[in-house]
Amino acid sequence: MWSWSFTWSTLPYILDAMKMTILATIVGFAVALVGGMILAMGRRSKNRVISLIATAVIEFVRSTPLLVQLYFLFYGLPAIGISFSPFTAGVVGLGIHYSAYLAEVYRSGIDAVPHGQWEAAKALNFSKGKMWWRIILPQAIRPVVPVLGNYLIVMFKETPVLSAITLVEMLMAAKMIGAESFRYLEAFTLVGVLFLILSYASSLLIRKLELKWNRT
Amino acid sequence: MHFASKESPVVRYRKVSKSFGDLTILKEIDLDIAPGEKIAVIGPSGSGKTTLARLLMTLEEPSSGTIEVDGEHLWHKNVNGNLVRADEKHLLSIRGKIGMVFQHFNLFPHMSILRNVTEAPIHVLGLDKEEAVERAITMLKKVGLANKLDHYPAQLSGGQKQRVAIARALVMRPKVMLFDEVTSALDPELVGEVLEVIREIADEGEMAMLLITHEMDFARDVADRIIFTDGGKIVEQGTPEQIFYKPESSRLQTFLSRFRAG
Repeated sequence: MWSWSFTWSTLPYILDAMKMTILATIVGFAVALVGGMILAMGRRSKNRVISLIATAVIEFVRSTPLLVQLYFLFYGLPAIGISFSPFTAGVVGLGIHYSAYLAEVYRSGIDAVPHGQWEAAKALNFSKGKMWWRIILPQAIRPVVPVLGNYLIVMFKETPVLSAITLVEMLMAAKMIGAESFRYLEAFTLVGVLFLILSYASSLLIRKLELKWNRT
Repeated sequence: MHFASKESPVVRYRKVSKSFGDLTILKEIDLDIAPGEKIAVIGPSGSGKTTLARLLMTLEEPSSGTIEVDGEHLWHKNVNGNLVRADEKHLLSIRGKIGMVFQHFNLFPHMSILRNVTEAPIHVLGLDKEEAVERAITMLKKVGLANKLDHYPAQLSGGQKQRVAIARALVMRPKVMLFDEVTSALDPELVGEVLEVIREIADEGEMAMLLITHEMDFARDVADRIIFTDGGKIVEQGTPEQIFYKPESSRLQTFLSRFRAG
């Protein structure tokens, strides 16, 4: 049966693990935002080699499961002398995985910028870098912010997969509590409720951001 | 017909051709633009007149031939006596002498009117912000929009947008300005305000202008020389009087009569 006193006693441990979940999400998403941009730009590159490599990375990452990628990073790479902490392997894995998806999101945003914007930037003699930074990307990213936000939430909800590489995030903490006390109900319920609260709060935040950006 | 000028031309097209696949848009065009000269380019659509400007703005690359700006090759670089294709760095060093106003304005929608006009002076010319703002406001006054500094392009009418676009190009102080059918996308009642602004700029005189236009009266009033293009070639050119009142080629006569018939 449900025990409230047990629930409250486990809460501090789970909240502590929640910090790890949030940190892994933020760092992983930051990696994905940057990596996705690099892949999106690489794919557009006039240099065939760069564009082929970027395309291959995107296709490869999208066609293999995240769990396999994480196992490869955490359990596979040490065999060739590269080893990461669970956290580093986790955020690198999440980051690379989602960068492949974000690259496509960026691409759709970039493709939606009217051709005339490139021409106007060129006619004003902007260098390539400044044209991208000042003219194209601000227009490309704004409309895809909601999509990026959705990916952030999806990624957040996928952090329990990091328990497979021994990172103590919320799910792992709940499992450990269960293993010690033989009570799984309260801990897993708490994890579920916390995910719900955080996901819902982030989606509200994203919607607010979207409204604010659309106003200007 | 040639227009002798004491000064060397600011732009020189030599045997410039452009084709897209099998479709030839321009055929071996020779054209000199003198400093400060106002040239109007008229001709049926598809005659290559817009491409003429786009090649100079480096929006399209010529299939063959050379273009010189201020005595320097635009699309080529001289390496040990051979002309080789120019790189982006070379294009950047020359392109600043050319400015362009587009049919569809192409203002930056995410920037205020003031920032539309200051962005390139600050980040391309390297002016400090105060100077850029001062320059921008002078230009926006000239086009009658100094009261809209904080507005965004979406809040302006087509005619106002086009006037901002003119200010944005002028503020860079190009030697040659290209106007590519700048009134074609406007509602008829807004055409006048834009033409009026261009007329004033033309009267100031220093800058050469290439006006691609369907506005015949405007072309006649503003231009020193009219060029008539058809089928990718310059078929006839001359003063407005010659072109409009004594057209020689039958193609120009047909073109003008269609226009007069409305």
